[in-house]
Amino acid sequence: MSEFAILGKPTPRVDGIPKVTGKAQYAADLSVAGMLYGEVLRSPYPHARILSIDTSRAERLPGVRGVITGKDFNGFRHGFMAHTRDESPLAPDKVRFIGDEVAAVAAIDPDIAHEAVELIRVEYEQLPAVFDPEEAMQEGAPAIHDHVQRNISAEMHFNFGDVEAAFARADHVREDRFYSQSVLHGFLEPHACIAQYEEPGKITFWGSKQSPYFPYRNLASAFKVPLSNVRVIQPVVGGGFGGKNDTFALDYAAVMLSKKTGHPVKFVYDIEDVLMAGRRRHPMIIYMKTGVKKDGTLLATECRVIADGGAYTAVGPMTIYLAGAFLTLPYKLPNLKYDAWRVYTNKPVSVAQRGHGVPQTRFAADCQLDLIAKDLGLDPVEIRLKNAIEPGHVTVNKIHISSCGLKETINRSTEFVNWKERKQELAKEREKGGRYLRGIGLACNGFMSGARLHGHTACAVVVKVHEDGTVSVLPGATDSGQGAETVLATMAAEVLGITLEDVHVSRVDSFLTPVDPGSYGSRVTSTAGPALLIAVGKCRTQLAEVAAKLLDAPVAEIEFRERKAFVKGDPTKQMPFGKLCRLAYQYGSGQVIIGEGYFGQNVALPNWDTGEGDVANAYTFGTQVAEVEVDRETGQVKLKKMIVAHDLGKMFNPLIVEGQHDGSIYGGMGQALYEECLNEDGLTLNPSILDYKMPTALDMPGVMESINIETNDPLGPFGAKESAEGTQVSTVPAIVNAIYDATGIMFTDLPITPEKVLRALEQKEQGGGPIVPASI
Amino acid sequence: MTNINFVVNGIRHQLAVKDNETLLDVLRDRLGLTGAKKGCDIGECGTCTVVVDGEPILSCITLAVEMEGKRITTIEGLAQNGELHPLQKAFHEHGAVQCGFCTPGMIMSGKALLDKNPKPTEQEVRRAISGNSCRCTGYDKPVKAILAAAEAEIQ
Repeated sequence: MSEFAILGKPTPRVDGIPKVTGKAQYAADLSVAGMLYGEVLRSPYPHARILSIDTSRAERLPGVRGVITGKDFNGFRHGFMAHTRDESPLAPDKVRFIGDEVAAVAAIDPDIAHEAVELIRVEYEQLPAVFDPEEAMQEGAPAIHDHVQRNISAEMHFNFGDVEAAFARADHVREDRFYSQSVLHGFLEPHACIAQYEEPGKITFWGSKQSPYFPYRNLASAFKVPLSNVRVIQPVVGGGFGGKNDTFALDYAAVMLSKKTGHPVKFVYDIEDVLMAGRRRHPMIIYMKTGVKKDGTLLATECRVIADGGAYTAVGPMTIYLAGAFLTLPYKLPNLKYDAWRVYTNKPVSVAQRGHGVPQTRFAADCQLDLIAKDLGLDPVEIRLKNAIEPGHVTVNKIHISSCGLKETINRSTEFVNWKERKQELAKEREKGGRYLRGIGLACNGFMSGARLHGHTACAVVVKVHEDGTVSVLPGATDSGQGAETVLATMAAEVLGITLEDVHVSRVDSFLTPVDPGSYGSRVTSTAGPALLIAVGKCRTQLAEVAAKLLDAPVAEIEFRERKAFVKGDPTKQMPFGKLCRLAYQYGSGQVIIGEGYFGQNVALPNWDTGEGDVANAYTFGTQVAEVEVDRETGQVKLKKMIVAHDLGKMFNPLIVEGQHDGSIYGGMGQALYEECLNEDGLTLNPSILDYKMPTALDMPGVMESINIETNDPLGPFGAKESAEGTQVSTVPAIVNAIYDATGIMFTDLPITPEKVLRALEQKEQGGGPIVPASI
Repeated sequence: MTNINFVVNGIRHQLAVKDNETLLDVLRDRLGLTGAKKGCDIGECGTCTVVVDGEPILSCITLAVEMEGKRITTIEGLAQNGELHPLQKAFHEHGAVQCGFCTPGMIMSGKALLDKNPKPTEQEVRRAISGNSCRCTGYDKPVKAILAAAEAEIQ
């Protein structure tokens, strides 16, 4: 029998029933009495100076209650760090991409709001625009932000060891260029919020936010009110994936229009707002030079990244930091030089997305590793096992690895598919010729479990035990669909020996829940988890003390399970948990059972200038094996199988973990084969779900296998680490390497569309060698 | 404005609707049934799927005036006497729900499928929900949930 009642078992989620019955309330489902409806006006130009805005016709339209422009915000600008605050709620003087917000209205119904927006006249002076990041960083390129030289929004330069010396003694060095494209987060719930401003300076805000304490801080700054005047109440969130961290135009505009009109104001973006002007993953041009010994041992990597940042900086410095710092995981790499520039272009803003910067460079590094393996006549599995990081490893940039199951993930995933036999079998099949080319490939990942940044980074939780034996958990963390509420409820239930039905996990309400950085960087299980354990542990101690008196036993002998308190070794001495709670409240002083806890990440801050240091308490590792089928006639690639092996520390709930892996496969497959924000002269050409090509249920592989390795991390709650993001880091290179195996062509430009496949196959037939790097 | 008579989840309604009002807006804003979601509002994502006279339809591109005399079932009408519908139960128990935004539409597509074809193949299930986008699940668990619900209903 397992030592746990719930942990490790495939238990349905605590938020499942409201979601399957349609009762879960998302931001757009909410109404507040007297509310108005808002809409924003967007720029039709990629780069233009605003000469004047005439809102008089909109203001005169019956039903319109308020119109605002950038000037209403008195120069307030926001951004991730003090020196990168380059974004205004509404553009006050200049627009920098098609879709940049310039004005907003509030009206008594959405149709009137829409009509009013169209009545606003903006006089623009169009400016030369730049869309290609390599062009944008040339001298003389149009300046997107006046004070910024060569449009560099952020840059990182790391240098560890001595790459030149290592290249000089390497047996083999190769250089390749990779391109990872612009893709959307893909959440189906468009941004939505309701805001209510009440004098003097009280703000209540309901918004679809994966990190609700971002708007908590941003709104306090923008409206110059104390933090405690901002009440952010979190509805159910319809997916985030990194795209619902920031505070956007609609959020600020809702508050400003509420302030102006005296009414609550609701904004709901259209999907076109999201697809045309919303945030997305950083496209990156990646130049990768790697030197190895004859036996495949990695000696050095020199990596140059040009990241297309779009019009504003947002979280971009962190993105290029992580893209470089994680080059030393998951393989031992003794020398690294990394130079990255995040460049402004007149396009929508690039930000964090599942894997945050790491998938882009891991795609380049793990695909180049297959090219190196081919050059040296090594098997892709062999070269990975040779270089795989092991527990206790310290990377050259001082990332400290505690638990690490990488080798086991490589072994287990490749054993699952009988790697050697399968690879030979598919090679033989290809020799026979025929319409379909099938191949197999793998890639590995290393990722952070609980991002460690500057500023406040601790998670905190309050636990209240009610007199009837149920428990309320008040975390600062947010569930944006990943299952955080269930994970936290599971821990509370395990510690107190009660069931999931007995535990209620609150969503964030900044008046009541403790302050929290946000749900990004795989922080919740790994950081809110230990905080919860401290909080619920305090409740357990208080209850055990009461139980010890009531059952006449030492405190240390009290155990909680099956909704009862027991005395160890004496089954006659027990008491229902509910009764214990009731008596505890009535006993002695009549104490109230509440526990609180916080967990800070007890590691030194990473050094942003050098790239040195830990970005998390713990790191996860994994391997993915993909099998693909390439249609020589149509150029279509079909992912047939995907095996995920992941070192998650400890399995909390197979249903949730498998679901997370499936979601990572889905997002990664979309990026590898289908999706791209097509942009021409700043205009997104495919702002609809059909044209953007998110994969459907018919496109997914029939086999998606999840193998989970428990390494019991010393700092993780019950030994657990993240299991939501790391997987997406290696999905793309696993698929690309499988296509390489199938076709002999390494596709270095994403996505691998049928057009690219057909063209590359044709080139290869016309005399290309066995390896034809296929680029645009 | 046009007067329409229709039945939603077994309840008869008589409403005056604007000629350009969609069924989705009527359900959400007039009847307070917010289970059907507005993802794209142009008939591409499937989050607004409801069942009209046995057919799964995209309520965001269906005009309310066309609903005269129709019987509509939304996600709120599936559970009976406090008992979850087998599809709801299966989605919950098989971990087919993550953020949940696509869930009502996907369950309604599954409902229309199983009403017509009680024993679908996996491929038939995939085809039936191919108009329901989902970023979280990769569709594997929703497909398994629909197959499990079919199995449960037969037994």
